[in-house]
Amino acid sequence: MVYPGFLFSGAIGLLAGWFDRKITARLQWRVGPRWYQNFMDIAKLFLKETLIPDGASRMVFFAMPLLAIAGSTLASTIIMVINQTPGVTFIGDLIVVVYLMLIPPLALMLGGFASGNPLASLGGSREMKLMLSYELPFLLALVVPIAKAGYSIQLGGIITYQALHGPIFFSISGVLSFVVMLLCIQAKLGFVPFDMPEAETEIVSGMYIEYSGPALAMLKLAKAILAFALPALLITLYFGGIIFTASGILMSVLEYILILLLMIVIKNTNPRVRIDQAVRFFWRIPTALAVLAVVLAYLGL
Amino acid sequence: MGIKEKILTKSLYVFHLSSGSCNNCDIEIIDCLTPRYDIERFGIVLVGSIKHADVLLCTGSVNRLTVPRIKVLYEQMPKPGFVVAFGSCGASRGLFKDSYNTGKPLDEIIPVDMYIPGCPPRPEAIMAGLLKLIDKLNSKGK
Repeated sequence: MVYPGFLFSGAIGLLAGWFDRKITARLQWRVGPRWYQNFMDIAKLFLKETLIPDGASRMVFFAMPLLAIAGSTLASTIIMVINQTPGVTFIGDLIVVVYLMLIPPLALMLGGFASGNPLASLGGSREMKLMLSYELPFLLALVVPIAKAGYSIQLGGIITYQALHGPIFFSISGVLSFVVMLLCIQAKLGFVPFDMPEAETEIVSGMYIEYSGPALAMLKLAKAILAFALPALLITLYFGGIIFTASGILMSVLEYILILLLMIVIKNTNPRVRIDQAVRFFWRIPTALAVLAVVLAYLGL
Repeated sequence: MGIKEKILTKSLYVFHLSSGSCNNCDIEIIDCLTPRYDIERFGIVLVGSIKHADVLLCTGSVNRLTVPRIKVLYEQMPKPGFVVAFGSCGASRGLFKDSYNTGKPLDEIIPVDMYIPGCPPRPEAIMAGLLKLIDKLNSKGK
């Protein structure tokens, strides 16, 4: 519960959210909020009342934030525990993590549909299309570390392989699939070029629109935990995982900050694309790159 | 009580409602988000949905048509929430006081916590106003 679980990943995720806001502000020549701003936002939402929209289906509307937070917490916990002791891995845990990470967007989508707001269901349908578009290159790129580590679908296996042979990132196929993964994660976290499901200026935060108070806080926390778990998955797959020594932790923190920084800079230098453009983009360039990376990995490059 | 207000005042989400304003106040609100003033320093964010908001910022002299909408929006704001009457029109209906089109003043429709006068208020005045609202809430908790 406390260390690798909910509180730890939530705190890191909220700090990452502040980092995002601060860097965005600095890129726009603003000062930006203070470091505890996101904690205050969540604490405030827990103090507010929750309103239930008239036409909403109550059960789905309230179950979905819980489901979202459960899915992302479980995924981040599995990643952290296996990083700590690669021995406790089980067959197919990589697949379990990937599908657990799919739960928050799915839950958010269902919650949006359940709220009965037309803008929320528009956001939900966009999220669905976006999910269809990024899952294909994401899973293809995932094949590269698996193939590199001797066809092992265990996170522990991939970590021990990298401990022996050096990080997967230092190979042609590794770099290619890392780039594809980064783009997919951008879409998974809903950062700007691919934020049409919640487009603030267009469909006023999409699926979140009817949520208020603690339910909204839980959805935000689920997203924050995902913002910790997805880069952590990247570090595990491409940079040899988190080694629990002083220098190893420092390295992982640096890698995490670097990945976040890269995503935030992409976020701040690109306009939002339309949903059809996003689908076309993901099914062409990243998919082609991922296929190329898989072929290269098969050839051993 | 004190901690509750402290947390609330550290992150005010503002929803902007234009009840028939001339668009001048609305532009000045956006000015607060620019690099020169940067109101996000205090944790104040402009949000698009009333369900996420703590502050209902109401600009404009209130039209007859907008009266029921203002009531609905006030009811939809999750409590605790606050109302700020923005600009001369929001505070007193301004020069549209005797217009055929204006209904009641805002503070006779919903309870108003705070007035920011000016036509339009300067960004400095807006920030001073919002910080005064924060002070007011903090002193209420003590």
